Amino acid sequence: MFDFGIVTKWINDLLLGVMPQWLATTIECAIVGVALLLMYSVIAIIYIFYERKVCGWIQCRLGPMRVGPWGLLQVFADVFKILTKELITLWDTDRLLFMLAPYFVVVASMLMFACLPWGNGLQMIDMNIGVFFIAAVSSIGVLGILLAGWSSNSKYTLIGAMRSGAQMVSYEISTGIAMMTVICLAGTMSISGIVEAQKDGWFIFTGHIPAIIAFVIYIIAANAENNRGPFDLPEAEHELTAGYHTEYSGIHFGFFYLAEYLNLFIVSGIAALLFLGGWMPLHISGLDAFNNVMDYIPSPVWFLGKAFFMSFVFMWIRWSFPRVRIDQMLKLEWKYLMPLGLFNLVLMALCVSFGLHF
Amino acid sequence: MVLIGIQSTTLAVTAAITGVVLVAAALIIAWLIAPRSYTKKKGEPYECGMPTRGDSMAQFHVGYYLFAILFLMFDVETVFLFPWATICKELAASALLAVGTFLVILVLGLAYAWKKGALEWK
Repeated sequence: MFDFGIVTKWINDLLLGVMPQWLATTIECAIVGVALLLMYSVIAIIYIFYERKVCGWIQCRLGPMRVGPWGLLQVFADVFKILTKELITLWDTDRLLFMLAPYFVVVASMLMFACLPWGNGLQMIDMNIGVFFIAAVSSIGVLGILLAGWSSNSKYTLIGAMRSGAQMVSYEISTGIAMMTVICLAGTMSISGIVEAQKDGWFIFTGHIPAIIAFVIYIIAANAENNRGPFDLPEAEHELTAGYHTEYSGIHFGFFYLAEYLNLFIVSGIAALLFLGGWMPLHISGLDAFNNVMDYIPSPVWFLGKAFFMSFVFMWIRWSFPRVRIDQMLKLEWKYLMPLGLFNLVLMALCVSFGLHF
Repeated sequence: MVLIGIQSTTLAVTAAITGVVLVAAALIIAWLIAPRSYTKKKGEPYECGMPTRGDSMAQFHVGYYLFAILFLMFDVETVFLFPWATICKELAASALLAVGTFLVILVLGLAYAWKKGALEWK
């Protein structure tokens, strides 16, 4: 596999040759920031188009077709339109919190986005507590949503934000436990370490039955944490207009929309990282010729392919199931998913400690 | 741990700043090109065209509060379990026993809440 670390090291050496360390670090940070911004916007544009096309396909229609070939320019038109809309400020809102809420939501998703393993040597933040960092940062998003709902001074937003808060914090526990099951197996929390541990087979294949259960739990919980799919209670449009972002207009609303799609990508990326091997190619031990052919496919293609596949699964779930009620949703988490997750974690610990296989 | 010799904390700060820059830049662009109007009715909260009654920053349903408390309990538990999960391979049986005891006490708490009806949505 081509190691992208060579490229970054070459840039680093080039910069260090002509300038002092602190300046080189600053310039590298700026490059990282610009790259992050570009990837963030590109992924958002791809995902909005992707979701519309998949949705249309599932509902037996074509999706956007008018603007550009196959509707490819539709998203750009929408972005331009949303930028030219008036930013309405309401009476009696808590102005500071109202303005602050989009920052929280976008920064949270940006921090998670920077943790994803894009390829061999292509990872921006690689902490030794990587997965834990992702879990911690994802809670900042809840704060933004609660602020948005509270500060808007409207009943719909308040109810939407409260529902969203209850849902997101509840399902955070299940995603945490599913992550822990994988950490148990990998023996490390660092993201590169988890990818490296899946060299000889992805965890979904080598993790015995507990890994498969954790995978299913993660998909359900992540779907709920994203306020998507059958769990889109916070923005149930026939009850609450648009949930917590009812009062936001123009680009203000756009930030919530953006973060929602990016969170879909991030969640798919984390599922790919934890269970489908991150950027690791498909390796079957014993078949060396096959493994060598798989190694020729670049690592970013592997990661993006897996993430896009996982997103397709999420969209499929979203457009297939009817919305649940709030009592059903909380019951599902507290009475089924979480006890099952804890049991599954103990099962995985038994597997790992005593070398059981089943 | 590090990308080309930069600490991950620095990079995390960079990512956070990037997020702030994204929001601020888009807001400035929108502020420059978006139209502005000063109709008085525009500032009303959207409540299906009806005039708003009372303040919306009100006290709220106790059901959410109960789930928040439960979340707090289990989130702290998650914090305790993360380090154990990391080294569970090396410590094997002894760690399993210790965490088993911890989990049993915790699940007792959940069972109590369940029996008391705190998990029902009322």
